[in-house]
Amino acid sequence: MRHARLVWKNLTRNKRRSILTVLSVGVALFLFAALQSVLTALDATSEVGSESRLITRNATGIVFPLPEAYTQRLRSINGVEAVSWANWFGGTYIDSRNYFAQFAVDEGTFFSMYPEVQIDPAQLEAFNGEKSGAIVGQGLMERFGWSLGQTIVLQGTIFPGDWEFVIRGVYEPDNPSFGDENMYFHYDYLFENSGEAATPGWFIVRPSDPNLATEVAARIDGSFENSSDPTKTETEKAFQAGFVTMWGNVGFLVRVIGTAVFFAILLVAANTMMMSSRERVNEVAVLKTLGYRDGLLSRLVVAESLAISVVGGVVGLTAAAVTLGNNEMLGSILPGYAVLPSTMLQGLAIAIVLGLISGLVPARQAARLSVVDALRRVA
Amino acid sequence: MALVELRSLTKRYQTEAEIISVLEDVDLNIEAGEYLSLMGPSGSGKSTLLNLMAGLDQPDSGTITIDGSEITSLNGNQLADWRANHVGFVFQFYNLLPVLTAFQNVELPLLLTNLSKDERRERVEVALNVVSLSDRMEHYPRQLSGGQEQRVGIARAIVSDPVMILADEPTGDLDAASAEEILTLIERLNSEFNKTVLMVTHDQHAAERAHRMMYLEKGVLHQ
Amino acid sequence: MKIPILYNLRSLRARPTATLTTALGMALVVAVFIGMMALSIGFQAALVKTGSTENILVLRRGADSELSSGINRDVANAIAALPFVARDSDGEPLISPETFVVVGLERRNGGMANVVIRGVSPKAFDVRNGVRITKGRAFRPGSGEIIVGKTLVKRVPHTEIGESLRFAGRDWEVVGHFEAGGSSFESEVWGENELFMPVFRGEVFQTIALRMEDPSAFEGVVETLEADPRLAVDAQLEREFYANQGTLLGGILRFLAVFIAGVMAIGAVFGAVNTMYSAVDSRAPEIGVLLALGFKPRSVLASFVVESMLIALLGGLIGCLIALPINGLVTSTTNWNSFSEVAFAFRVTPTLLVAGIVFALVMGVIGGFLPARRAAKRPVVEALREVGS
Repeated sequence: MRHARLVWKNLTRNKRRSILTVLSVGVALFLFAALQSVLTALDATSEVGSESRLITRNATGIVFPLPEAYTQRLRSINGVEAVSWANWFGGTYIDSRNYFAQFAVDEGTFFSMYPEVQIDPAQLEAFNGEKSGAIVGQGLMERFGWSLGQTIVLQGTIFPGDWEFVIRGVYEPDNPSFGDENMYFHYDYLFENSGEAATPGWFIVRPSDPNLATEVAARIDGSFENSSDPTKTETEKAFQAGFVTMWGNVGFLVRVIGTAVFFAILLVAANTMMMSSRERVNEVAVLKTLGYRDGLLSRLVVAESLAISVVGGVVGLTAAAVTLGNNEMLGSILPGYAVLPSTMLQGLAIAIVLGLISGLVPARQAARLSVVDALRRVA
Repeated sequence: MALVELRSLTKRYQTEAEIISVLEDVDLNIEAGEYLSLMGPSGSGKSTLLNLMAGLDQPDSGTITIDGSEITSLNGNQLADWRANHVGFVFQFYNLLPVLTAFQNVELPLLLTNLSKDERRERVEVALNVVSLSDRMEHYPRQLSGGQEQRVGIARAIVSDPVMILADEPTGDLDAASAEEILTLIERLNSEFNKTVLMVTHDQHAAERAHRMMYLEKGVLHQ
Repeated sequence: MKIPILYNLRSLRARPTATLTTALGMALVVAVFIGMMALSIGFQAALVKTGSTENILVLRRGADSELSSGINRDVANAIAALPFVARDSDGEPLISPETFVVVGLERRNGGMANVVIRGVSPKAFDVRNGVRITKGRAFRPGSGEIIVGKTLVKRVPHTEIGESLRFAGRDWEVVGHFEAGGSSFESEVWGENELFMPVFRGEVFQTIALRMEDPSAFEGVVETLEADPRLAVDAQLEREFYANQGTLLGGILRFLAVFIAGVMAIGAVFGAVNTMYSAVDSRAPEIGVLLALGFKPRSVLASFVVESMLIALLGGLIGCLIALPINGLVTSTTNWNSFSEVAFAFRVTPTLLVAGIVFALVMGVIGGFLPARRAAKRPVVEALREVGS
């Protein structure tokens, strides 16, 4: 493009202004990437749940357990291939701020149900051989500086008392949004020491044919409908999605803020472009006398605002990818928090739109400028 | 047929109070290769006439035919293309782009053509050579004197090889010595390069150097 | 000698587009700030209001939420007999041993909401803070009647008076609606504790709320309760307990408000800097004249900073106007200590509006300072020379 030099020269004639505008666009796109990534991480969290696993819980509410005897009844239901169960422990490690999730699981059935949890077979064996053994995520090991074989103590909130666990295994998830900050320990250990009757918090059911998951779910709920504890069964994905909606309408909030950021920066960028073009009225008039068409002059203005905006976008998005992409703190609050390539592309598209719109008014002004008036004003 | 033919050219401005007649029924023929000067008091319509001939403004009535094309019937884009190929405009205040070097300023009109980079360079160098500024090519306008700036302006006006040069008080902002240089240069454009020149000026001495002098007063042209 | 503010006002009016776009940019920043803070304040207020400073909440030792607590009847009876428990005119102790469960109920707009079902003693209306029946009447003991918090009525069907709400495998007749000063109680269903106990979790209460005889002596009360080996309980001032439940989420929201608005503010300040530099550059001759007339550079600096602050003030005011309509808007999130949904209203308080304006003014000062300094440092001669050109 032979007119690139003119655009470049115009961009660099007031360097401070261009840089400030580039940075304000950068800041906006940084925020966009940060916020959008919250949404993609939340979406990913609800995607984590498998569609080929079912969660059966007490219909009254998740805090109500189910009888252990349901295990056999579930196994006998047509279409059920495997059954496992787990409990929420809700313990505190030293301080309630050190939050992480602990599950009491049935070691014999749970890990074959969750191939996402990848553990060294020798470690799994060591875990199985130790009553108070625990398997924890790699992320937790790093967060608390734990080592294999270490004994940790959790304060029970639901199950009172101090609970000792020996770390016998470390898992890595096969997918980052599954999260590497969970802890698993023996279901039997929980109820042998709690003094309460053993009651699973929920069952995990694998249907023999994943395509029939919803039918199996309906069959399960049907068979418990008239028992003391009716059940509610749904795919794990739907179950997880339910947890995500508990945050409230995060998507709406992010969109509102995103829109406000967009318009705030649009105003900044458009104002800059208008100031620039106001100062150059005379030059546009000169170019017109030289035979530059109105359309070309408009395009030069838009090219300038587009350049500012795209450079700003690249700066902001890169900064976001670098600082937020692998952020430990964010990762522990929101597993799988990452600035995805699709987010970067969306951000770039927004930057382009921002550039086009902010150049619109001055571009029209340039095209409509009357040479005679402009030159007379100078003289 | 004359190179430039103005027929019954009329231009009026509407102000709040009244209609001001800037040009009233102006007729003019300019032959190819002529060197004309146009004088007149401020507000007499000199610049308006020049703007009309440059295709920058539209008359209320009448026609302008230049080199066989009736420019008063062209639309905006056609006029822009026509300007790029047929007229070179010289301004009183030079109007160079401060962010571009002398070379780049002169190159501006050529960016609208299909010339290659090398061809453009060659023609810009020729034009700057004509105005004796080959050694100032990489200078920015603020590094040049007024006279030098105006010579760059003239180089820009001739670089696309137009048939006609329109100069609006080209010496109006210059000291006597620089003005003399510019006038000599314009004479050379006419005699040596056979450009048709119309120069608007306040300066009687400058006007007299043209082949033909015209006087505009209250919108009426006296030849 | 000060340069009159009128001069700045005129200058702003001379370039309305730049003034307005810059002010509007700041307005959006202020609006986002106020909106996010209103969310955080609303959420925390709902929880703080839930608790009273005159009450003590008793939980089983080690339990961190009402959900995970459990207290036997004999412990409840022992506490009721303690001397620091306030009594009503009939000499009855003002104490409410409560059952607390969370059940999943269908929402009006689809999906499930986790709702707190609280079983209270008939004394609860005297113990708990500002609970008032707005429609219908209170439940009768032993009847299977329930009352519903007023924000829950809007979100969950079958909660109108006369309707039956189904949970825990049976129907419950809705006989009243209640309000509780915007607290999280308004997102709950209340019924009789004795009736809920067998239905849900057996012969155990979750918490005990009690009114103190002398609220100023609460430290001693807490100490006495926690020291008693027969009880094995933790006790807290009720207000603190509920306020703590909102600390984490409230803190996250507040952090987000400051972070997002702060980052946006950087962008808006850059815009203000551009505008002010442009203003300073285009008025170089005027500045020269002012300096030549004998105005001190300091006055010129102050004048331009004031001008920038005027833009910011306009932005702040517009921002407040944009944010004001969200006041009272009800939204919901989850109390992660009990996994129950809490509905609460955005609260745009006067203090918050003032904070928004101050925020804008700070942006104005930062945005105006460098350009103003440039104006003040300009040599008079140079500035005046530009008049001629």
